[in-house]
Amino acid sequence: MDNLLILFNAPILSVQLLIDGLLVGAVFALVAYGMALVWGVMNIINIAQGEFVMLGGYVAYYLYRAGIHPLFAIPVAAVLLFILGWALYRSVIYRVVDRDLFTSILATFGLGILLQQLANQLFGADVHIVPSGLHTWTLFGGMVTIAQIKVIACVFALLIGIALIWFLKRSRMGQAIRATAQNARAARIMGVDTTQVYATTFGLNAAICGAAGALVAMIWIIQPYLGLPFTARSFMIVVVAGVGNIGAVFLAGLGLGVAEEFAGFTLGAQFQTAFVFALLVVILVWRRIRLARQRRYLS
Amino acid sequence: MNRTALRFALYLSIIALGIAAPFIVPGIRTQLSFLWIMIVFALTWDILGGQMGYNSFGNVLFFGVGMYACVLIQQHSGLSYFPALFVGIAAGGLVAVAFAALLGWGILGLRGHYFAIGTLGLGIAAAEFASGWDLIGAGSGLVTPLYPGAVGGRETFFYFPCFILAIVTFLSLRRLYRGRFRLAINAIRDDEDKAEAMGLHTTLYKTVAWCIAAFFLGLAGPLVGNLIGFIDPRDVAFASSSYGVWMLLMAILGGKGTLWGPVIGAVVFHITQELFWTYLLGWQRVALGLLVMLIVIFFPTGIVGWVRERWPERFGQRVDEQAQRTADQ
Amino acid sequence: MYKKPIKFLLMGLSIFGAATLSALPALSLAADNTIVLGAAVSLTGKYSTNGKHTKNGYDLAIKRVNELGGVKVGAKRYKLKVIYYDDESTPARGAQLAERLISQDHVKFLLGPYSSGLTKAIAPITEKYHIPMVEGNGASVSLFNKGYRYLFATLSTTEYYLKSALELLAEETKKQGKDPSSLRIAMAFENDPFSRDIRQGVLDEAKKYGMKVVVDDKLPPDLSDMTATLTKVRALKPDALLVSGHAKGAALVTRQAHEMHVRPAMIATTHCDSARIAQNQPQAAEGILCASQWDASLNYKGPWFGTASQYAQRFKKAYGYAPPYQGAESSAAVLVFVSAFQRANSLDPTKVRDAISATDMQTFYGNIKFDSTGKNIAKPMVLYQIQDGKYKVVAPTKWANAKVVYPLK
Repeated sequence: MDNLLILFNAPILSVQLLIDGLLVGAVFALVAYGMALVWGVMNIINIAQGEFVMLGGYVAYYLYRAGIHPLFAIPVAAVLLFILGWALYRSVIYRVVDRDLFTSILATFGLGILLQQLANQLFGADVHIVPSGLHTWTLFGGMVTIAQIKVIACVFALLIGIALIWFLKRSRMGQAIRATAQNARAARIMGVDTTQVYATTFGLNAAICGAAGALVAMIWIIQPYLGLPFTARSFMIVVVAGVGNIGAVFLAGLGLGVAEEFAGFTLGAQFQTAFVFALLVVILVWRRIRLARQRRYLS
Repeated sequence: MNRTALRFALYLSIIALGIAAPFIVPGIRTQLSFLWIMIVFALTWDILGGQMGYNSFGNVLFFGVGMYACVLIQQHSGLSYFPALFVGIAAGGLVAVAFAALLGWGILGLRGHYFAIGTLGLGIAAAEFASGWDLIGAGSGLVTPLYPGAVGGRETFFYFPCFILAIVTFLSLRRLYRGRFRLAINAIRDDEDKAEAMGLHTTLYKTVAWCIAAFFLGLAGPLVGNLIGFIDPRDVAFASSSYGVWMLLMAILGGKGTLWGPVIGAVVFHITQELFWTYLLGWQRVALGLLVMLIVIFFPTGIVGWVRERWPERFGQRVDEQAQRTADQ
Repeated sequence: MYKKPIKFLLMGLSIFGAATLSALPALSLAADNTIVLGAAVSLTGKYSTNGKHTKNGYDLAIKRVNELGGVKVGAKRYKLKVIYYDDESTPARGAQLAERLISQDHVKFLLGPYSSGLTKAIAPITEKYHIPMVEGNGASVSLFNKGYRYLFATLSTTEYYLKSALELLAEETKKQGKDPSSLRIAMAFENDPFSRDIRQGVLDEAKKYGMKVVVDDKLPPDLSDMTATLTKVRALKPDALLVSGHAKGAALVTRQAHEMHVRPAMIATTHCDSARIAQNQPQAAEGILCASQWDASLNYKGPWFGTASQYAQRFKKAYGYAPPYQGAESSAAVLVFVSAFQRANSLDPTKVRDAISATDMQTFYGNIKFDSTGKNIAKPMVLYQIQDGKYKVVAPTKWANAKVVYPLK
């Protein structure tokens, strides 16, 4: 209650929360692109999504330690994670592609545990940060601050979204991916190498997550266990936005970011995680009620 | 006749072994108690996950709710230790059922992976709410009332309820799976829309199935809480990432959709895990992740399913097996 | 069809069997001339950073004692050895492992785990079996009002962590000619036993001075963003911001307070040395106050390790980083056992317990003397301030090597 009063007395704060929410939400959306892609094309819900983000963060950290400016770590992380994603597809994921969704959820869940625990053993559990070397803009006499790195992250997410749409629409591989998503068997008959398509899709997903991870390291902190909330968020975003619509994913990400900021402010930080997961349940139930209503219309 | 006698002998020997175990190997009675609890976990998960096709990640919710309900009664009812414990355990079961009935209305309407993720959200949200709520100790956790008996008596005392709970759960499910109930929930698993079209009251069956799972978990919660002696909202009561996930792993490892599968899965999993912990200092979770992947990828039908595939003639006399086989082809 | 699974199963089983067999002799090693201690520490999970510091602290002290010939009890010299298990930072696991250490591995002396939550879960068990436990990492004051007789802590308990920060604040305010009761403070504490107890200590202290608490946020354990809290802080302009959330909390508040230009007159936090804020973000960390149990610059001295700075050198040589206080207090716990074994002249747990209780010793970590509840009352907390990228001790005045910068720029 008190928190709401503060917000009423200083409306400028909601501007701060709104801006932060939007910028942070763009990072969530970035992670969700990959999930939408993998879900839509391969019919796999990748629970290890957050772990790819975490690994991307560590790539940025070690490059920074080696004296390379962390902004350059974004492409490096993307490339390395692409290779990892590709390798994981070839070794593990291809075995669960044709199975039911639940199998893939569990298999990637196991993969997630494996990656985070390996990270814990190899990199240690220390909390790391990667300084971006950028500054902060202040507005309204210091009442609103915007970290430049967050703006970069937001723009980056937007650009990646546009690039993805272009890639899927125009490029040869993109068309193959879309064909496979529509009907894998038909695509195979028409001469599309679906194994190649799946491997590329999974690699691409990992690459996007890796880039997002580098940004996370520059905005917040990294540690081996940061994955699950990112997975949950991207799942939520994709459920709301649908698997086939990158633009909607971006917008849903922004919405989630704003909702989280305001929840953290008004309910207190301790309920922020609870809010995210409770929201997830509510969205799912709401979606089902809506679907049930649609079904009634049809019959 | 011979078969029945054999089965009877098997049950008797398990019960005899269960009763004698804490006196034969007193050093590991806590682990043995947990073994029985793990069997309850796997069996109750399988009601929905295996028999009904609803894969839940959130069953641990009922476990935690039951645990907190019991400890609150133990702390605030003013009764002496044993009556309070008794009332608390009963209350744990009832509160869990109430929760299941209430939540079932919204959650059980979700299908497939939406249900899986929805329940995952439920479990984690419950943990977070519990750790923000001061009455139940919030993030600091709760210490259960001290057992008044002799040193080491607590383990032996709590071993038997765990053992009995596992046996009762098993026998109740065995009875339940014999009747119409199993046919109904199997029909829901195979095709829910058709089952509904055939006039089956699916919502009712789904809710009842969830309530049954919740009841046994609600009884297990108080036992584990008192056995450990310290309740942490995230790591003990609503431990989604350990108990919550182990439940389904054990059921899948043993073979979901069978009666013995979850039991076998729980035993194998529990023993493996204890050994991992002992011998793979720090790497046990890596091994666990690897194990999860191997189980899911190579043993999707579990140990029991694999045995059936290997020696179908042993199970051949079961009519439903044959029917299923022809249906598959 | 099913050939492959069999192969995998067999492979798995054989690896497993080999591992089991190779590990067996290690267990039965506990020979006559060894004293076996047991410890459940967090090697994985949310406390694994500090869990590793804890383990390193134990190992270093054990190694040192064994190097110098071991412990003399009666006519015999004993070497020390520790059996470790990984509690995965969860209390349930910790309790189970303590049980296993005592009833299966027959360990008679326990070293503490990391964090108050874990200690809370283990203490009832050691109490029940009458096994003395000396711990260096469970600071929660609520551990010491339960009447436990077998629990001893080498560290200062939670209520002292940020108390000195408030004392300093009140002192500086008086110097400026203002009344401390006009002060307003903001707090953000993690929702776990340790930080919640610190919060209680701060609340009591604030009440004493009549300070007003304007923000009282609780942080989730999987904390990843403090923007919401800091926005609140910026709006309400308190005089001090107090934060406790293990290493994550320290790293985040340093980064985000700087980024969002949140600069109250004082920012104080715990765990800044394990978050290494001075090394990793020197600019943002400037002026932040940190509560610490111990520092290498203090002129404490004792047997086995010599001075605090000699200990620090030895630690650095062994593990490649400067010892955080979590390592030092853990080493001190081992030294308490060693001293108690010698004084009790026996390995009977009850006699050793009485000897521990009578401990009054000087170590590199400070003086150690337990009160009747088992907490160390002979050693104060110190307060650092980060000045020019270095940790400088600013309070208590007796040990200070720099003057506090107040208010924060």
